[in-house]
Amino acid sequence: MTDKTMNTVDSSPVDATKRTLLKGGVAAAVITLAPGITLRTVEAAVTGPATQAKRWGMLIDATAPEGVWDLAVEACKAEQGWGSDHNKSGKANAATDPQWIRKVSIKNPKTGAKASLPVMCQHCANPPCVDVCPTGASMKREDGIVLVDKHICIGCRYCMMACPYSARSFVHEPVEMQKPHMPRGKGTVEGCTMCVHRVDKGQQPACVEALNKAGSDAIMFGDLNDPKSDISRAVSKYVTQRIRADLGVEPGVHYRGI
Amino acid sequence: MRSASRILSLTILGFAIVIMGLGSGLSAAPAQAGEVPLPNPAKAFKGEQCVEPIDVMRRDHFEFLKHQRDETLREGIRGKKYSLNACIDCHAVTSPDIAGGKLRTLKPFCAECHSYAAVSIDCFECHSGAVQPGIGSEIGKQSALPPNHEQLKADKALITLLKGHLDPTSPQGGTGQ
Repeated sequence: MTDKTMNTVDSSPVDATKRTLLKGGVAAAVITLAPGITLRTVEAAVTGPATQAKRWGMLIDATAPEGVWDLAVEACKAEQGWGSDHNKSGKANAATDPQWIRKVSIKNPKTGAKASLPVMCQHCANPPCVDVCPTGASMKREDGIVLVDKHICIGCRYCMMACPYSARSFVHEPVEMQKPHMPRGKGTVEGCTMCVHRVDKGQQPACVEALNKAGSDAIMFGDLNDPKSDISRAVSKYVTQRIRADLGVEPGVHYRGI
Repeated sequence: MRSASRILSLTILGFAIVIMGLGSGLSAAPAQAGEVPLPNPAKAFKGEQCVEPIDVMRRDHFEFLKHQRDETLREGIRGKKYSLNACIDCHAVTSPDIAGGKLRTLKPFCAECHSYAAVSIDCFECHSGAVQPGIGSEIGKQSALPPNHEQLKADKALITLLKGHLDPTSPQGGTGQ
């Protein structure tokens, strides 16, 4: 043991010299490269960080024709790349396959009144999924968008149990050819991101854009903190409600007509 | 007597073990030499200059990526210098192991060194790493090779290979679009 220790001590100056040499080499490379060759820089404008000045939210008009929600679901699938996960034998499994957004039909048993509405992550101000996450993967951005940091998600699914809206899904099957903006992987939890990659570019979420293109404004997206935004005006004009408002989680998604 | 014979047998056994050890050592030594080839990652598509000098990239690329992934995802800062998509822009290559050599992805480029250094972490359990519209897909429409690439010291065979990648009409080229 002593001999080994001695050897280690003896070899350390050699390592140090090596390291210095390496460092010198790197420094020289920087100097010689810097004046001659221009860096390949595609300097896109840096945007962000997200701040609390904004609070992204949605207003969903549940009185809209039922068919538009199918359109919204399909737009979400196409944008984010979910909905075509298959197991080894090439089959989908309705019980376990991810559902970022789903169409829910409701009926008042007393009056018989029916409504249909999309339910997805409600982007709560006090998200229970974030409270329970043991690794900090479940997180809320400063602008109110609730996300899963899949880099550190361990797939424990606590957030799925905590979510009152069943808005999160676990990826059970291997995923291939993910969208560049939406990495997905087996063993992690995922859910509606409010199309954060589009929002950061100043665009609308995919579901909203698809409905707009189809001539419907059944889902409205915008900044709830800005009193002049369309969504703020609409929220102040119409009677809206949030699902399970009694829980105090303060969802960012408002509904009309339910 | 009994103990003496036991000692004898143990000694013989010991010798046998030593000899076996020596034998296996001798036979293993030449087999190991040159078994693991040095990594030889493909040249970048857009020229010689990466976002940082090559030495820095070799040593710290994961730091750049890890730091920036947190900024992007958690803070919403976008458009900064380092990104996995920018890696794909230049370094996505084909490999016979992936989609029969018909898909350009980052995987073989990264694996070249990662397998040599026994690095098991990679990004491709979630990130596709493949050339997709908008990412690396402009290769094929315009030459990604530097204008003076013929004079560069790059291997002629490599240049031919790269040209094959760049030519959308060739069996390898233009597959990512």
